[in-house]
Amino acid sequence: MAINAITLSEKEYLLPGNRLCPGCALSLAYRHILKAFEGQVIVTVPASCLTVLHGMYPVTSVTVPCVNTPFATTGASAAGLVAGMKALGKKGPTVLAIAGDGGTYDIGIQSLSGAIERQSDFIYICYDNEGYMNTGNQRSGSTPLGAISGTTPIIGKQQNPKDITAIMEAHGIPFVATANASYPLDLYEKVRKAIRMHGTRFIHVFTPCPPGWRFTYSDTIKIGQLAVETGWVVLYEIEDGIFRLTSASESIARRGKLKPLIEYLSKQGRFKNITENQINELQAAVNVRWKRYMDRASNK
Amino acid sequence: MTEKRLDKLETTQIIDGNRAGALGAKLSRVQVIAAYPITPQTPVTEALSEFVVRGELDAQYVAVESEHSALAVCTSASIAGARVFTATSSHGLAYMHEMLHWAAGTRLPLVLACVNRAIGAPWNVLNDQQDSISQRDTGWIQIYARNNQEILDSVIQAYKIAEKVYVPVMVCYDGYILSHTEMPVDIPSQEDVDRFLPPYKPHTTLDPNNPKNYNLVTLANPRLNAGGVLCHGYMEIRYLLQEALQKSVAEIIEVGQEFGELFGRHYDLIWKNGMDDAEIVIVAMGSLALEAIVAAEMLRGEGYKTGVMGLRLFRPFPKKDVVNALRESRVIVVFDKNISYGQEGATCSEIKSALYGSGAKAVIRNFIVGLGGRDVPAREMADAVKRSLQLPTGIALNNEYPEWICHI
Repeated sequence: MAINAITLSEKEYLLPGNRLCPGCALSLAYRHILKAFEGQVIVTVPASCLTVLHGMYPVTSVTVPCVNTPFATTGASAAGLVAGMKALGKKGPTVLAIAGDGGTYDIGIQSLSGAIERQSDFIYICYDNEGYMNTGNQRSGSTPLGAISGTTPIIGKQQNPKDITAIMEAHGIPFVATANASYPLDLYEKVRKAIRMHGTRFIHVFTPCPPGWRFTYSDTIKIGQLAVETGWVVLYEIEDGIFRLTSASESIARRGKLKPLIEYLSKQGRFKNITENQINELQAAVNVRWKRYMDRASNK
Repeated sequence: MTEKRLDKLETTQIIDGNRAGALGAKLSRVQVIAAYPITPQTPVTEALSEFVVRGELDAQYVAVESEHSALAVCTSASIAGARVFTATSSHGLAYMHEMLHWAAGTRLPLVLACVNRAIGAPWNVLNDQQDSISQRDTGWIQIYARNNQEILDSVIQAYKIAEKVYVPVMVCYDGYILSHTEMPVDIPSQEDVDRFLPPYKPHTTLDPNNPKNYNLVTLANPRLNAGGVLCHGYMEIRYLLQEALQKSVAEIIEVGQEFGELFGRHYDLIWKNGMDDAEIVIVAMGSLALEAIVAAEMLRGEGYKTGVMGLRLFRPFPKKDVVNALRESRVIVVFDKNISYGQEGATCSEIKSALYGSGAKAVIRNFIVGLGGRDVPAREMADAVKRSLQLPTGIALNNEYPEWICHI
């Protein structure tokens, strides 16, 4: 039975009060991720906004074991935890590596790719706020075309981001999924599914960032929903190679209509200097990708 | 050998240094090994992966994609409670640099075999000690072996030291000169090593019922926890690392003695040869300390009262032992297979620092030798010592810069 707001456990593993910005989608996502594990998890985190969430010694609002690790090492750290527990014959908690887009697309991709190739047994979650937000918003391999950041000033980024889920899928792993903090129950279900599987499982979680993307703190959920409704983000999972749209993306596919991308872009200050050509380019890319996913979902 | 009280007889094998290092790790019953191949360390990793596949060693072998990841796997596996091992050389050690700091800061008792090799540019795969010397300030204990027996014995001792003081230990040995050169090595039995080295008792725990968070952001100043107890700031945590290294000297001595009582091979912080009446002392570290003995014998044959002080421990630096050994010397000639560019050889600087305030009035000369695998014949060392004796009047006890034994 699918989880709903009533059946979702009331037990919290992320206690009230953390150091993230108001309106941060990561708080919401992490809260539901930890609920899905029911506390049976060992987390490893590189330098990122999540490090900030975890607090400052000797106070933390997180009630699960956690191993902080240098920026480039998330995949290796997870592999080390798995190897260490296996060597000691310890069974039980699942190892969760969780990193931002900078830690996944850029500096951490080597150690992640290596760990996946060795079929190390852990769940990897990339929460994607499309830039180095912990250091005050610089471009990453995930920052979109046209977005202004500290290192893509005035005219915005001139390149498109990597397709990280395609890169992960190309490693031949058993489970790849996308999720979005505005759809926490879909995220929850995907984490639950991943927990029941073995090998490296990868979940990409879209986490809008109010200060970095320059929108009002109270609009986080709305921005995340618009991202799905315009097709900027598509919610899906690929389980043992079988592709399936989920949640809002699945229902939009049935209705067959995306909102124009400009409705999403225009709500964010980071796109204030985007050009007409760039908007058209992004809209065209969204259309092509949406058709590709629709075809794939219907086995065309 | 009379105090030897072994359960099982040792077997003697003719093996190279890499095999000795791998056997040391195996006898220490390491539980997780993560390593990445690099010349001249590679045979260590191959041997260990074979032990694991053959079922001779009950361990997880993680064939990582880089040295940086090797040490990251080791740190996290160690936090999980496993006894871990890695080995590397040169660029691999440099690539680990960040994780070396992280491992020491986390106070994890890792053991790393560093097969000493020159570092680029330009490319060079042969021996010197620039790689491990460059990692001097990462908070690791550094032990240097002179021969293959010392490699095997030091790896086993390293675990005992590391797990007593919760500081990682680097066992360094010269590439090719030891790593690829076969010599007789006494291999202790597993039963005896087990008697010497008990299973690892971790100080870390990863239990959802008792959740701990390792290496949270820590501010400079002490800070109250939720219960109102004042906890360490970053600086206090770092102080404790320094204190642990200072205190480790006594443990390293004790472990060396205990090892000697059980296995008949005694280990100290420094090696002394012909030092009793020596007026001239040659100082060297690693295999060069054995070559120095040959040079000292040549010099004695020519009437120079020469002794050798071999450094076994580089970090923490064994100040007291060095001062006691060198206080009465008239001439100290330090050979370094490394250099702190713009300054001098690292061991020479350490010795000068140790002697400050001791009343020693020795002339100290420093020679940079053997970089990138350049051969260091005993004759050349002896000649360098003799050059050091021909002092023009009025020369300072201390030269500003070292002399290089090379063709410039």
